Amino acid sequence: MLRKLVIAVAIVIVAGGIAFWLLTIPQTVPAGALGSHQPDLANGRTMFIAGGCSGCHASVGDDKTRLGGGLALKSPFGTFYVPNISSDRRDGIGAWSEAEFVTALTKGTSPDGRHYYPAFPYTSYQRVQLGDLRDLFAYLKTLPAVSGTVRDHDMAFPFGFRRGLGLWKLLNLDGARFKPDPGKSAVLNRGAYVVEGPGHCAECHSPRNFMGGIIAAQRFGGGPNPEGKGWIPNITPKGLGDWSENDIAYLLESGQTLEGDAVGGSMAEVVRHMTQLAAEDRTAIAAYIKSLPPVEGPKRTKK
Amino acid sequence: MVRFMPAVAALVFAASLAAAQSNPIAARKALMKANGDQAKIGAAMVKGEAPFDLAKVQAIFATFADAAEKAPALFPDNSKTGGKTEALPAIWKNKADFAARLAKFGTDAKAAQAEVKDLATFKAVWSGLIRKNCTGCHEKYVQKD
Repeated sequence: MLRKLVIAVAIVIVAGGIAFWLLTIPQTVPAGALGSHQPDLANGRTMFIAGGCSGCHASVGDDKTRLGGGLALKSPFGTFYVPNISSDRRDGIGAWSEAEFVTALTKGTSPDGRHYYPAFPYTSYQRVQLGDLRDLFAYLKTLPAVSGTVRDHDMAFPFGFRRGLGLWKLLNLDGARFKPDPGKSAVLNRGAYVVEGPGHCAECHSPRNFMGGIIAAQRFGGGPNPEGKGWIPNITPKGLGDWSENDIAYLLESGQTLEGDAVGGSMAEVVRHMTQLAAEDRTAIAAYIKSLPPVEGPKRTKK
Repeated sequence: MVRFMPAVAALVFAASLAAAQSNPIAARKALMKANGDQAKIGAAMVKGEAPFDLAKVQAIFATFADAAEKAPALFPDNSKTGGKTEALPAIWKNKADFAARLAKFGTDAKAAQAEVKDLATFKAVWSGLIRKNCTGCHEKYVQKD
């Protein structure tokens, strides 16, 4: 009897282990899936700006085109140290293939087959069109090579175990690219694309559950700042009810709020990028933000 | 009556100076509030919600320059906390940078005051001035609760 029980437990453990292993295999995009492409560097730069890549990846205290990384991003799960994505062949992404780059941005898998942490917002970048990703990759390669590797992340137990992220991805990474809605205007579709894809606005402007996944029903409803102090505002009409499209576009250009205040914290960096976009893109973003369904975010807590 | 005006002005000035010394947090909040109110007037003009008015624009830049001049004295070491201040400790850790930013704000405001003649020249300087000065400084030195 005891022997049977031991065998049964062993089978459950082994089966569970195999299931876990299979469910958490890091996904990749094969090179054969890409086809031919003539990169458009100007569009690649637009993606670089809209994506705010330099906001996290620029070498600390350095020129915004030198992407040596090193910035410490604090989170409830530990401290992330942003990697080098400069064109350096050894320390950056200079030796990556296009497929490896597309894999990293849409599957959250590194060239050596490990899961990236979602501090790298691939949940949004998976929406970006393939051509735009390839243009971005070509553009990044034109930026300076910066040598130096960045230290490892400093994760709290058990989050240092990356394989487990495969389960997180099952819940939070659906693999769908952005699809324009034929029933909406070109402006609204462009805005939706920039906001939901490269702009990754929802990553900060939405509350997250205890596993760090965005709570879909409260998307864009704001919440506590994942980087620490303060509160990220609700940008649905519940939070920006008084704002016109013009007011939103103006904030993206100047950093000035409707109340006459200036945005602070990470949004200042975002504004520095948004101001470089074409005015039409800021207008499109504003139009889409105004069209979001109103949702009530989490109850604001005192600091 | 007119004769008393300088005396009154001097008194008001002395009183505000005393207030600034006794309550620098309230004094700097009032300066920032004035900046924000003026910035709203400017924003309405560039957004096309209000007609361009050169006198108002000059007043905006004068307010900015005035705030830039007065602000450095309003962050003494004993004003790091209290009074619902949103000033971050980083201000006192980077005093030179903070002072340089305020000085630049004043210089930019005065340059704009001399430069702006009409809506086109106003639009050309406005959002950059706001972004580089207000937003740039709030990024490092202001914490909203």
